[in-house]
Amino acid sequence: MRPDDRKYLSSHEWIKIDGDTGIIGITDFAVQELCSGNESDLVYCDLPEEGRVVEAGETFGEIESVKAVADLNAPLGGEVIEVNSAIEDHLEILADDPWERGWLIKIKLAAKTSDALLDAAAYEDVVAQEA
Amino acid sequence: MPFIQNTDADRAEMLAAIGVRSIDELFEQIPADLRVKAPIDVPEGVSENELWAELTELASWNSTTEKGSFLGAGLYRHYIPTVVDALQGRQEFVTAYTPYQPEASQGTLVAFFEFQSMVAELCGMEVANASMYDGSSAVAEAVLMSTSITRKRTKVVLSAGLHPHTRRTVRTYLGATDLEVVVAPIGDDGRTDFSGLIDDRTTAVVVQSPNFFGVIEDQAAVAAEAKQAGAVSIASVYPIALGLLQSPGEAGFDIVVGDGQSLGVPMAMGGPSFGIFATKNEFVRKMPGRIVGQTVDGQGRRGFALTFQTREQHIRREKATSNICTNNALMALRGAIYMAAAGPEGLREVAEHCLAKAQFAADQLAALPGFELPYAAAGHFNEFVLRCPVPAREVNRAIDAAGMIGGLAIADHVAGADERDLLLAFTELTTREQIERLVKTLSSLSQTVSVG
Amino acid sequence: MNKDLLLYEKSKPGRRTLRLGALDVPAADTSRLPQGSLRAKPAVLPEVGELELVRHYVRLSKKNVSIADSFYPLGSCTMKYNPVTNEAAAGIEGFRHVHPFQDAGRIQGALAVWKRLEDALAGVTGLPAVTIHPAAGAQGELAALLVANAHFRAKGESGRNVVLIPDSAHGTNPASAAIAGLRAVTVKSGADGLVDLADLKAKLGDDTAVFMITNPSTLGLFETRIAEICAAVHDAGGLVYMDGANLNAIMGVARPADFGVDMMHINLHKTFSTPHGGGGPGAGPICVTEELRRFLPSPRVVEDGNGLRLDYDAPDSIGMLRGWPGNFGVVLRAFAYIRRLGREGIRRAAENAVLNANYLRVKLNKTYHVPFDRLCMHEFVCNTRHQRQHGVHAVDIAKRLIDMGHHPMTIYFPLVVSEAMMIEPTETECKETLDAFVDDMLQIAKECAEEPDKLHAAPVTTPVGRLDEGRAVKDPVLCYTCG
Repeated sequence: MRPDDRKYLSSHEWIKIDGDTGIIGITDFAVQELCSGNESDLVYCDLPEEGRVVEAGETFGEIESVKAVADLNAPLGGEVIEVNSAIEDHLEILADDPWERGWLIKIKLAAKTSDALLDAAAYEDVVAQEA
Repeated sequence: MPFIQNTDADRAEMLAAIGVRSIDELFEQIPADLRVKAPIDVPEGVSENELWAELTELASWNSTTEKGSFLGAGLYRHYIPTVVDALQGRQEFVTAYTPYQPEASQGTLVAFFEFQSMVAELCGMEVANASMYDGSSAVAEAVLMSTSITRKRTKVVLSAGLHPHTRRTVRTYLGATDLEVVVAPIGDDGRTDFSGLIDDRTTAVVVQSPNFFGVIEDQAAVAAEAKQAGAVSIASVYPIALGLLQSPGEAGFDIVVGDGQSLGVPMAMGGPSFGIFATKNEFVRKMPGRIVGQTVDGQGRRGFALTFQTREQHIRREKATSNICTNNALMALRGAIYMAAAGPEGLREVAEHCLAKAQFAADQLAALPGFELPYAAAGHFNEFVLRCPVPAREVNRAIDAAGMIGGLAIADHVAGADERDLLLAFTELTTREQIERLVKTLSSLSQTVSVG
Repeated sequence: MNKDLLLYEKSKPGRRTLRLGALDVPAADTSRLPQGSLRAKPAVLPEVGELELVRHYVRLSKKNVSIADSFYPLGSCTMKYNPVTNEAAAGIEGFRHVHPFQDAGRIQGALAVWKRLEDALAGVTGLPAVTIHPAAGAQGELAALLVANAHFRAKGESGRNVVLIPDSAHGTNPASAAIAGLRAVTVKSGADGLVDLADLKAKLGDDTAVFMITNPSTLGLFETRIAEICAAVHDAGGLVYMDGANLNAIMGVARPADFGVDMMHINLHKTFSTPHGGGGPGAGPICVTEELRRFLPSPRVVEDGNGLRLDYDAPDSIGMLRGWPGNFGVVLRAFAYIRRLGREGIRRAAENAVLNANYLRVKLNKTYHVPFDRLCMHEFVCNTRHQRQHGVHAVDIAKRLIDMGHHPMTIYFPLVVSEAMMIEPTETECKETLDAFVDDMLQIAKECAEEPDKLHAAPVTTPVGRLDEGRAVKDPVLCYTCG
């Protein structure tokens, strides 16, 4: 079971809400799918500048492995207030700890709900179908 | 049947294994009304010796540039060392495919890596790709790439000295975009006049040097002006000239493109050749086309593989940096072999010979009464415009009668050009005798005119 | 002695291969060039003597697997024998040293080859208007989409900006659509592996410009409802584009024009046997209906009272997509091939391609899972469903095949089959080669169960083993000399 202290998108991003702040990352399953088990194949992560405003569902960045690329979608909208700059040079963090140290961006939430958000149980179903 | 090895007995055995009675049954998945009822409209086949007779006959209908030619205009007759054909022609290079399986393709991959290194060096840039289709489409791709660097800028400034086919190609590629194409005119000295055209809406500035009229552009000034406006500067080059002339990298350009035909590729009606594409490291992810990189295997041995593949269409699909799928690998291989055969000294020697022949010809032609070199002051490399006392087409007829191929009657390809302007090209293969015959032919024309 | 050095590592100042003779005119006077126009420092190029140059490239060539030395069942790429005659043809002096700006009367032979190949392609496809201008298949796709744009603009239907593309299509299709300013919308495959007609119909509308279809599909299946598909697209006012990547399966047997196709490209380097050359040059002629002829790219070969000539100025043309008229050297090779085959040979090629593919399919389908296991066309797709339990992936099987002396099949494509392995033997292979491949594939299946580590370690017979491709991106070394 994946952490139930946060919400998920079917495109494999998570968001953890902390007051007015939303912390966004990608799931362990997303990492697996990108690099088919070979974590050194993760090669690039393009994250937004601080200050950019993203809409819920909007693509805010991209992550690449040697042979695949995935959009990073914002589970909720808001202004980007912090970017995890350690990630760009240390993509292995995403494989080691996608839930805490592997966060990507923090946003100042414009709204706290969206129909697209899944809870941990619903997200398990998504993964079960794709695997 | 040619090239089919299965015998009737093989076919019978295979059909039995598949569990069908006939070849026709294999095709029953195609609805009957969609299958042809009569043989298709293609002639009967021929044997190899019959084919050879047919090809030899067709080839004899062409007159080749080997008898002496002053035609260039972007496609040049240079000497091709015999090692180029001998090595490129090896079946292991000719009949391999894209090196997606690097362990089984190290030959092609090493050759590309060396090619990229040589191209980057030649252009004075940090990185080059494994080649494009040709020089003109490379310019178009460079312009498209500029829009992902500058974002939201809407204007492209092309020099009128770009090859007219290149300008047409850029227009075709940009046809579906919102980009506005502005053409900077050629000034009286034969150089492009960009004044007032490059501004903060400009995404790309493209200049060719030597330009279509043979004139050497002030590359550094163009690059500096583009940089000041925040636009991407793109130089289109003639690789042989870079044996002698300033590289665009030295002049400060962001992207360098060009056609590689002069590096060991026969003219062959204009194709195939290959396009070169070089840029700065910071723009690698925005570059189109295949790129080879160095890495190691599990035992730490050096090896080479296609890299940054996520830029490409087979992964990124509609978001790819380009739709390009192939490079022109085999022609790029020719270019690599040529550059390695020449080395820096050989390349300089070829360039110097080209310049020497053109200067020798220019001096004599300019001295003929009624002929002039309108852009002489700006300086040329191996090609220049000769303004004739009669239409250039007539001059070409006289050169043809003298058993050689004339230059390009510019007005036939550039709207608004003076119909007396003839573009003449010279290479290391042009002989003194041919130049003297050209001068003599034109001098008799000049006498006819002055008498008439 | 290290035989794996790069040319740069063998370089020594003072060596070179190309030396010109003495100048027969006065030496160049560089002082007459504008100030600042000379190169400050020479390009760093290898400096090697002729023997080292020859040895270097001969050694490199031996590090390639090619059709000339191995079975090469790379699905979707049609790696058939490339007749050596075609290479010789391209070397004929009368074709090699010809400039397209020469007077048309002096290049009638080259123009005739051009025209005759276009005519033959019209015969094969049934589409009357052909141009060999595009440099490659992807450029052919782009050309055709721009033709469609021009067609709809002429009809005053500029609201048509959607290209419908099946999920099994090549990546070039959506990438070409993007450059043509069109939005790519995916059409699903049905359970039978064919286009889901209901999904297609739901997505057709007055914004539909083009439906791009690869037929036979990348699964090696013929779209049996192709006529109905074309009719539906036409009813919606759209055009049908056929990606001709798989024309080898049907040439001489069926003509795309008879399906209702409006436009298509042909990969001369697949179907008509011009060599792949390590990734090009190819050529991607496009064939269109009479109605669309006027929009074709420039220049076109046209015939008038004086013979053949190149017409650069057709008023409705979409323009040029490259600098010169076309990849003539490739056209010449394809022409030589078509002349050898003739109408009969073309059909026999398709027949034997389909025969060989089905033979491999029935020999392998008990060992490897074939998701759409029925009569196929020129290729079929299997996967690792039966091998997965041993921790073996398609890539492992591919690498092990290299050790067994074959080039691998295409893997992980099409995307609609997970762990796909796409096998296309082509018509030029003989039964013995196919049998040997089958034996090796069965042996590999055994190894999957018994010694999977052997697969994970493969290849071991090659100059290098599996490479760290992540490192090639994260720590890029793309140029030998550039810091």
